[in-house]
Amino acid sequence: MRAALQLSEAGLKTAVLSKVFPTRSHTVAAQGGVSASLGNSEEDHWHWHMYDTVKGSDWLGDQDAIEFMCREAPKVVTELEHFGMPFDRNADGTIYQRPFGGHMSNFGEKPVRRACAAADRTGHAMLHALYQRNVRANTHFFVEWMALDLIRDADGNVQGVIAMEMETSEIVVFQAKATLFATGGAGRIYASSTNAFINTGDGLGMAARAGIPLEDMEFWQFHPTGVAGAGVLITEGVRGEGGILRNSAGERFMERYAPNAKDLASRDVVSRAMVTEINEGRGCGPNKDHVLLDITHLDPEVIMSKLPGIREISIKFAGVDPIKAPIPVVPTCHYQMGGIPTNYHGEVVVGGKPVTGFYAAGECACASVHGANRLGTNSLLDLLVFGKSSANSMIDFIKQQPLELPELATSDVERSVARVERLNKQTNGVAVNDARSAMQRTMQAHCGVFRFKDMLAQGVEKILEVEKMVQQTEISDKSSVFNMARIEALELENLIEVAKATMISANARTESRGAHVRDDAPDTAETPNGRDDANWLKHTLWSRDGNRLEYKPVNMQPLTVDTIALKTRSY
Amino acid sequence: MTAYDPIELKRIRWRSRRGLLELDLVLERFFAQRFDALSPAEIDAYKRILDLPDTDFLDVVNGKADLDDPEEAAIIEILRAV
Repeated sequence: MRAALQLSEAGLKTAVLSKVFPTRSHTVAAQGGVSASLGNSEEDHWHWHMYDTVKGSDWLGDQDAIEFMCREAPKVVTELEHFGMPFDRNADGTIYQRPFGGHMSNFGEKPVRRACAAADRTGHAMLHALYQRNVRANTHFFVEWMALDLIRDADGNVQGVIAMEMETSEIVVFQAKATLFATGGAGRIYASSTNAFINTGDGLGMAARAGIPLEDMEFWQFHPTGVAGAGVLITEGVRGEGGILRNSAGERFMERYAPNAKDLASRDVVSRAMVTEINEGRGCGPNKDHVLLDITHLDPEVIMSKLPGIREISIKFAGVDPIKAPIPVVPTCHYQMGGIPTNYHGEVVVGGKPVTGFYAAGECACASVHGANRLGTNSLLDLLVFGKSSANSMIDFIKQQPLELPELATSDVERSVARVERLNKQTNGVAVNDARSAMQRTMQAHCGVFRFKDMLAQGVEKILEVEKMVQQTEISDKSSVFNMARIEALELENLIEVAKATMISANARTESRGAHVRDDAPDTAETPNGRDDANWLKHTLWSRDGNRLEYKPVNMQPLTVDTIALKTRSY
Repeated sequence: MTAYDPIELKRIRWRSRRGLLELDLVLERFFAQRFDALSPAEIDAYKRILDLPDTDFLDVVNGKADLDDPEEAAIIEILRAV
């Protein structure tokens, strides 16, 4: 919507296609804020923000893109304020800023107040401000439309998308001089995910089918404690209040992994311990696929007064009252760092060159500013900065184009229609729910928060088997109007591309870096914490065709400042 | 229960896909357990609730806020219980 606004205000005819009403996209779930070195509460500088982001990315982020984002941050946040965003304010009227994990002053010295928020509804307020502004700028919204495939001509230039109107199942071509994907992440590839059901990586699936590689898909941010089977987060504050993790034997297993900190060890250590317990057969439940977070020993008064939200979540989503029984929890997928490869102008880049007419921004894109691990509040910033920069690139490009649209290439359209036809005609096929569930269980077990060599290798075989299931999905409802079964089957065809990209990229990357942590990556002087800069300081590019992997160097050269040199990442 | 426009029912089903996971989970159960037994007037009330922004919708489902309209409040009671 940030891009659409820029395009409409430039006087261009702009269509936004969305599966759901635009203010109900998953950005609504972003609570923490948006970071910018405004320095309203204390001294701050974009260069410090840049340092934090490079360090957070475990040096996998491209330093040109990171410098660009951090320098633009104060501008785009101030613009958003002018668009009517109701930021929290200081007494002097400036935007109130609060500290957030990983954001520091003076190159990692001490925490700094950099996050701008609108209470705990920053994402929601941002969506509303941008939507209202788009309506005023006459952006044309096509709501409840699902894009199916990208259209490329014989030279690979992007000409638009094929899309389906959900109300009628009518398939329509949207031909455009420039096409931007802002389709979000694909967290639903995992069994346990904080993502809403709509997060099915549609843009990534479309890009992969159109021959665009996906970058750094092995990097996913996880949270250690989501309710097993649901994904709703249990705040880490529960362990702070005395919550204890237990395995199927009832053992307080953290005593073995972190004898001092125990259940208060860092996220990585806790996640790793939980996965090890599950992998070694000490998981709980009929599938032995989760552990238990126990607060039954706490005074019910303390639970009621200090953790009321957690009790509600547990009763509602786990079916247990934590005063009486422990909460089933599992490491839960939250954010996708990889995506469609772009530069900081928002142009999709393949083989070192922009793909003519194609742009991407937000979680579906990989600029790459988050590298191997995203800092909190940098994701909303990503939307604003790269939404705007990609739109500016589109405006420049469109101005150079002839007024008339070129002749439409039809082969992609035919392929897309054939894909829907296959689904409509499939008999003796596989139920969509079965195929999706097989994919999610495979990803969770073989390519979760903590990864093992053998499990990854088996995971590659398994996910390719699941792909065969996805190719044979069958729906019993063949009707045209709001056919959810068809929509879900098409969404699954996008998810499976992301799942394959993730598993295959993770299997190949034999080091640990940021959110990609492997049991077999040795911690030596040359490879601290398993990070192997000599061999793996590079971006993965997975292509759908033959599941081919290629690599490209990380851009270590910022735009105006010196390179932020490699260091061990520790906080 | 009198017939409700089947096309409208499918539209309502899709519009129950939300931006927040917690709502998706509650509404999925609601459809599995309770939706089919609703009267047309109750479905109308549910439709009105679907127009709420996700954050407000979740607040009422979580009991942090209430709706004034008694028909809508009755649907919210069902959502709180599923």
